[in-house]
Formats: sequence, structure tokens, C-alpha cells
Amino acid sequence: MSAQVTEAPHETLGLTPEDLLRMHRHMLMARLIDEASLRQNRMGRAPFVVPVSGHEGCQIGTASALDPDTDVWVPYYRDLGVVLVAGLTPLEIFLGVFSKADDPASGGRQMPSHWGSKRLRIISHSSPIATQVPHAVGIAYAMRYRGEDAVVGSWFGEGATSEGDWHEGLNFAAIHALPVIFVCENNEYAISVRQDKQMAVRDVSSRAVGYGMPGVVVDGSDVLACYREMRTARRRAIAGEGPTLIECKTYRYLPHTSDDDDKSYRSREEVDQHKHDDPIDRFTTYLVDHGVLDHEHVQATRDELKAQVDEAITTAWAAPDPDPATALRHVFAEDPGA
Amino acid sequence: MSPTNLVTAIRDTLHAEMAADDRLVLLGEDVGARGGVFKVSEGFLEEFGEARVIDTPLAESAIVGVAIGMALHGMIPIAEIEFADFIHPAFDQIVSEAARMRYRTNGDWGCPMVIRAPCGGGIHGALYHSQSIEAFYAHVPGLKVVMPSTPADAAGLLRTAIRDPDPVLFLEHKKSYRAITGEVPAGDHVEPIGAAAVVRQGTDLSVITYGYEVHRCLDAAERIAADHQVSVEIVDVRSLAPLDRETILTSVRKTSRAMVVYEDNRTYGAGAEIAATIAEEALFDLDAPIVRVGGPDIPAMPYAASLEHFYTEPSPDHLYRAMLDLAHG
Repeated sequence: MSAQVTEAPHETLGLTPEDLLRMHRHMLMARLIDEASLRQNRMGRAPFVVPVSGHEGCQIGTASALDPDTDVWVPYYRDLGVVLVAGLTPLEIFLGVFSKADDPASGGRQMPSHWGSKRLRIISHSSPIATQVPHAVGIAYAMRYRGEDAVVGSWFGEGATSEGDWHEGLNFAAIHALPVIFVCENNEYAISVRQDKQMAVRDVSSRAVGYGMPGVVVDGSDVLACYREMRTARRRAIAGEGPTLIECKTYRYLPHTSDDDDKSYRSREEVDQHKHDDPIDRFTTYLVDHGVLDHEHVQATRDELKAQVDEAITTAWAAPDPDPATALRHVFAEDPGA
Repeated sequence: MSPTNLVTAIRDTLHAEMAADDRLVLLGEDVGARGGVFKVSEGFLEEFGEARVIDTPLAESAIVGVAIGMALHGMIPIAEIEFADFIHPAFDQIVSEAARMRYRTNGDWGCPMVIRAPCGGGIHGALYHSQSIEAFYAHVPGLKVVMPSTPADAAGLLRTAIRDPDPVLFLEHKKSYRAITGEVPAGDHVEPIGAAAVVRQGTDLSVITYGYEVHRCLDAAERIAADHQVSVEIVDVRSLAPLDRETILTSVRKTSRAMVVYEDNRTYGAGAEIAATIAEEALFDLDAPIVRVGGPDIPAMPYAASLEHFYTEPSPDHLYRAMLDLAHG
């Protein structure tokens, strides 16, 4: 691992025990939803799901440093943890998993994990990779134009950094010193393609110098270190000092999607080795060591969240499917009077 | 009111709309200090400032992609693609993103934006400054595609495009820019998107066309009327998507003969859709098969004057002859 492992005592970051517990709950919730979604897929109730396990540290760490009252989220499909921090509920997530009429992202039109919520300022994205990066930049431009005290968070994997849109977006953002933070969740694989077949550099963050912005590497399993880097980047952005590229070194424990077989491109030994550095276990240990949490409380929290997930699944599964008669709607804006 | 040319009509409309609404910004290559390669935004940088007149990096996908982001956050961007021939890197942003945003969010988000692109040939632009791109985009649900042929329509359609809640690809035929002049109604002149215009009344045959070809067809129609007393009706489609089928069909039903003229190479062009519409809806009103007159199926226009001329006017008076053949066929 090239990541710099930094123990980030929460006091220096201004995080209260309540903040820490909220982050911990988001991490647990992401993992529980992930495991439950895959079970729903294997039960034949969800044709397609996108795992997140392993990414919880970098997602919840970075997302928790944004202001949910003002900032805009531009996630990619693996960002369950980001959208939980943004405010999506387990029920809303399972309405998407089951492509129900009330799926807040698309009313069942897009595949699951193609997040979106106007209420929460989560920007809709598509399946082509990195196309959302220029959108994040345009939103940041509009924020500054309108005089808003806010930033845009833009998340993507390391494979996305090969796309032209990624390059064009970062270049544009740096030229105008826009309030946008680029977060790379580098899990070493773009589906099956290893990082060394994706780029000749070891660190995605080293590309930042080519755009004229700071680039930092952070251990993606260290939720507080991810929070720290995002907080620093947000302060820079708000101060008008421009964008930052944060590279979180992370790992995905499960296949790319429910349709993928990761055994074809990586060994079980490699996966198991990474699981020893589970971001949730690490944060739990940190919280216990610092007296924020005890082990009984961990189990009670897990049980409580599990019950929420089960209830969300039951409710979402029973929710109405989209009416086929609506398939023709919303190609263009509809006349409010129609 | 004095006649103005088409490029001035676009400039004046952009100027008036930007002055009236500070949500509007212009972004593209050379739109700032240079005022655009066709001078559409000359003086805008000084008047509206750098924040609203943005000289972008040479990156078409970002021009459209950044504009989408702006549109999602309360602004109305007008993205200029310097030449339509260079729009292809932005195809994904236009087709997968801007045009699909409303549908994929079940109506929650829209992309109110205009993408302006000078297109078409006949100005010694060769393979990469002459292209007709409308057919690629008119096929895309969620995207409106317009191409005005007169200064008045340029002004009226651009104003409507700017006020439209959905993305509009606004195509400007380069040869029309300074060659075509006309009156532009003063004030808040608007033309509806999705409405064709009958620009010449006639009784013997209907020519359905758009862009610069409207003017070539008008010229041929005048001469054929004088020479042969053939009365040609000309429909300027103006809006490729949505297509005004009713105006086209009404004209064809009246004259019983239909010809579709377009500059784009013939195969799978807009003429195919228009001809299919007529065949589906008005076949039994026709006295002769539908005729398509399009460009040859070669990559845009070669550079040498003789080769370019072959593309735009493949034989002397080819439109004249095609009209006469159809009228007497």
C-alpha cells in the first residue's frame, strides 16, 4: 500500500462523539444494505445490484465533510455510502433496487444505484463512465456565479480517470478555480482491468499537478483520514482556492456487480487479505479504544439497523410498480396544465 | 426596419436575451476575446464580462457537459460548437446526458440549454467544415433540433430555444450567415419550435426542405414558374425534431406530388423520415412517387471548388430539372 496511514484523532477534526456515531451508523448501514441487496438479487427479486462493501470508509469519510444543507452530490454507481450521508433512506434505496414507481432516482427507469434526488441535490447520472464529471464542474461554476457558499462533491473510480470527460472536467475546474472536490475511489480494478493496465502512474492523485490543483492520497479504509482530506479540500474550495483531487486507496470485497464473477480476475487470497483492513472494523476499534462505543452497543446498533433494512425491504417490495402507461412520459417537459 | 443578415439576427437576439436575463451565459471556443469565429458574440465579452462569456478549453465534450451542469443549477447556458463538424466528441453528452436527463429522472430534472452549431457547406470548408449533422440528432428522443433559413426565423426560433425547458440543438447554415438577408420583426419576436412554414404557395408540387436548400429551391421554383408555368409550393421544415407532419401532409395532399430536398448525404438522412411520413399518411393522395434530392453518399464536401460544386449542385439546375420531372411525371 502506498497510502499514508494517518491516525486522525477526532478531536483535532472537531468531531463530536455524536458525529462519530452517525458516521459509524452510516458505514454499518451501507454494509447491511449491500449484503441485503445481494441476497435479494440471489432470491430473484432484484435483477441487478451494485456492491459497495469495502468502500464505506472513503465514501462516508469524504461525504461527511460536506454540508448536506448546501452542497451538491455527484456520485457514481458504487456510492451507496455517499447517498446515505446525503440523506437517502433505506426505503428509498430499496425502492430503487426493486425499480418501483416511487424510486426517487428515476421511478424505476434506470438500473439500481444510478442515484438521484432533487430534494437532496443528488445529481442523476448515467452508465457511461465519467460523463458526470463535467456536470459537477458546471454546477460548481453556477454556484460561484450565483454567489453560493457551497461546494460540489464528485466521486468516481480509478477507471473513470482514463476517460476524456474526466480530463476535460478537471482541466476546466482548475482553470476557473471552481468549488468542486474530485474524489477517486481507487479499488485497483475497473471491473476486471487492473490499475497497471489502466494507467502508467502509481497514484491517480499524481495527475493533479498536470491540471494545476493539489492531489492527495489517503487511506480509504481510514474514515477519519478521508474526512480530514475532504474537510481541507472543502475549506480550500469555499475560500476560492479551487478544486482538489483526493485519491482514496480502497478495495471492493465483492464482484463489480451482481452479474460479475470476480474469481475470473483476482484470487480469493488477495480479497481475503484486503478484508483484514475492513474500514468498519477499523473504525469500530477506534471508537471502542476512544471510549465512544462499547461492543454491546455495536451489536445493538447492528440489530437496530438490520431491523430498519428488513422493514425497508418489506415496504419497498410491496410498493407499486411503475404504471406501463407512464413509459411515454417526461421525454420533454410536460405542460403543467396538461 | 431595415433588412439584416442571418448572423446579425442571431447576434442581436443573443444580445437582447442576455441583457434581459442574467441566468444566460455563452460558452465555447473563441466566443470571448475573438467574439466567435463568425463574430456572433463580438463585443459580448466587454459588455457582459468574463463570467458570462466564457472562452473554454478546446474540448467539445466539456463545453456541453459543463453546460449541462450549469443548466442543472439554475443557469441557462448557450453552448457554441465552433463548427458542427466538431460536435462529435460531445455526442455522448448530448445524447446520453442532456437529452435523457428528464426521462431518466422521471421528470424531476431538465436541461434548459441551447447548443448552437454552424453547419452545412458551400463555403470551401472541405470535409470538416461543411458537415450536415442534423440526422444524427433528430433521431434522439428528448432533444429538439431546429435549423432556420431566414433572419426572422433565426431570431424567433433562437428566442424560443433559449426559453425552452429542454435542450435544443440550434443549427445555423454557414452559407446563410451573410448571404441571406431579410426583415426581422422588432421586439420580442418568437417562432414556435415544431412548426414548419409554407414559404411559397403553389399547386403543382410540394418541395419539403430546410436550411440553405430553401433558398436554392425558391430560386428554382421562380424560374420554373416563369419558364413552364409550373406552380411549386415550398415547405420550410425549420424544426427537424419535433417534425411538423401536419403542415407537410396538408401541402402534399393539396399538390399530390412531393419532393424532399436536403443537403446532407442522401442515405438515412432527414429526407428518409419525411418521405416515410408522406408514404405512410398520404400515399393515396399522390400522383407520382416521392422524390428525394440529397447529397451524394460521400463524406461531406471535398475541398476543390469543382468537387464542392459537384456536391452542392451536381449538374446544372438539378433542382430545376428534378422539379420539372416530378411536375410532368
